[in-house]
Amino acid sequence: MNEPLLDIRGLTTAFAAQSHGHAGGGSRGVARAVDTVSLRVRQGETLAVVGESGCGKTVLALSVLGLIPDPPGRVIEGQALYRGRDLLAMDEAELQGVRGAHIAMIFQEPMTSLNPVFRVGEQIAEGYRLHKKTGRAEAAERAVEMLRQVGIPNPVERAQSYPHELSGGMRQRVMIAMALSCDPDLLFADEPTTALDVTIQAQILDLMRQLQTERGSGVLLITHDLGVVAETARRVAVMYAGQVVEEADAAALFAAPAHPYTRGLLASVPRLGVRRTLAPIPGMVPGIFDLPEGCRFRPRCANAYASCAKTPPLFAVESGHAARCWLYADCPEAEAEGRP
Amino acid sequence: MSALLELDGVARHYRVSGGVLGLAHGVARAVDGVSLRVEQGQSLGLVGESGCGKSTLARCILGLEPLAAGSVRFRDRDVSAWPERELRRQMQMIFQDPYSSLNPRMKIATIVAEPLVIHGMGSAAERRAATLELLETVGLDRALAGRYPHQLSGGQRQRVAVARALALRPALVVCDEPVSALDVSVQAQVLLLLQDLRERLGLTYLFISHDLAVVGQVCERIAVMYLGRIVEEAPAAELVRDPRHPYAQALLSAVPVPDPGHARQRQELRGELPSPLAPPSGCPFHPRCPQVMDVCRKQFPPRCATGVERYAHCWLHAQRQAG
Repeated sequence: MNEPLLDIRGLTTAFAAQSHGHAGGGSRGVARAVDTVSLRVRQGETLAVVGESGCGKTVLALSVLGLIPDPPGRVIEGQALYRGRDLLAMDEAELQGVRGAHIAMIFQEPMTSLNPVFRVGEQIAEGYRLHKKTGRAEAAERAVEMLRQVGIPNPVERAQSYPHELSGGMRQRVMIAMALSCDPDLLFADEPTTALDVTIQAQILDLMRQLQTERGSGVLLITHDLGVVAETARRVAVMYAGQVVEEADAAALFAAPAHPYTRGLLASVPRLGVRRTLAPIPGMVPGIFDLPEGCRFRPRCANAYASCAKTPPLFAVESGHAARCWLYADCPEAEAEGRP
Repeated sequence: MSALLELDGVARHYRVSGGVLGLAHGVARAVDGVSLRVEQGQSLGLVGESGCGKSTLARCILGLEPLAAGSVRFRDRDVSAWPERELRRQMQMIFQDPYSSLNPRMKIATIVAEPLVIHGMGSAAERRAATLELLETVGLDRALAGRYPHQLSGGQRQRVAVARALALRPALVVCDEPVSALDVSVQAQVLLLLQDLRERLGLTYLFISHDLAVVGQVCERIAVMYLGRIVEEAPAAELVRDPRHPYAQALLSAVPVPDPGHARQRQELRGELPSPLAPPSGCPFHPRCPQVMDVCRKQFPPRCATGVERYAHCWLHAQRQAG
């Protein structure tokens, strides 16, 4: 098995409660938005991190990239090894050299991530010029070439367009062109198609898949959409209230979800052509400032019993399939396996 | 049986000015030639992508938009002929964003009771009792009556919006993307609530969504819109299993299926959605249609029956019938 491109080990990111907020009576002032998360992304592999609002999936990505605003947030524990080098130990200058050049990002809303007053060609060229130390002409050529690669018609003319002149799908293609311009080998995509219509989403997902196959890059895909996960990911990590609660190959996760939360999510999704009674998870996601003791899913879990008052570790349900749930207390602990 | 709601050739056009001096003019055909029937107690789903005109059509139905052509009849009477207050009592709406559709300065009880106050229904004590009962109907704890919207979760807020919509016991509820802003587990809770209320209260829904799976879960019939036009209408299960219009086929094949073993047969759409300011001639879908024929460029296709109680606006089916 090849070395992971990205090896996240026990990453914990904490946020301080702001004093004017209403965190509820007797709240602890610090919330672990991401709590001891360990994940690996290998070359040519897509790892999907799936979960609902507030589960910590975006904070996880921002933490790895050194983009957590401090204050109020801070990575307080763990490592994020990119090709063996700890991103979290790098200073800002070193990080700048890695971000954009070797690790690129695509965000959800292309309208807010593109600068409205610059032509899209210039915006793509800027990063290339910076990281590859090339001249303007070469960078401009590269921008046109990238627009062509992401399937934008008339790339020479389009490079002269401003973001507002493009449709949402085209803007997202520009974001992808920008992200890929320096040939990164690791791509973070945070809800890359959530703001798009389904037919455009299908085009963008196909494009990402094709580019990934051609380049063999690793992708960390953050999404709430289980359909998108099933269509793109080889591995899946399910997050709930800051923790990874289940991790498995996509096929295994959908065929035999182990954690009650994952099962609940799958039972909540309406499916095309299958009219069935939805079985929603009762209650709601706890706020990160007042997490329940022990298993964080316990108050909503139909299977909860006495043991759940203690925090469960990840158990290896099968080889390569882990679940943070006492139902699998007979299984060996997953974290012991291959984790230093 | 007469329809609760009947649309005949409904059109809503916007005059658009542009250019530096606002001199360039155009007409955007946001909704064009839409005919639909919704029976009492039935739910009709309206699906389509951004800009297809589905929300504008909803506003036409609610009597909030002047029509360029056609008519909207509610209980056999043109909506423009209804006294506004009476129409509003019988037709209510639920919007997508439970964060912006509730007044942040009002307590939950006040929000839910407001329609009753406006329509002068009951005494203060009766309204108070009705409000608490409504909260219970939508699965909210009575204790939330004294809270403000910001103290509630997204799912709870959407339940408040549902309670407010039901306060006047309307016959028709127009739901515009009612669960799109909610997380998956909460979305399922609200969908179940809407299904349950419909059965208990005999409601009729016009359910607008971009999410075909959600619409298929709630509605008996589905109408697919593209660039201001209905392109296909059919019973929900049939439309999902066997769409006939090439756009409906592409739309359905684009929906990601939460099953990695699912064999995907995607019909990718070429090109971009044209501007409603300059819609293509003939069938508006023709520039992107994989099965385009000459006639499609010239003339909008008629309504062609494609089965029992289903039809499509597509020349493919007109020819099949003729031949």
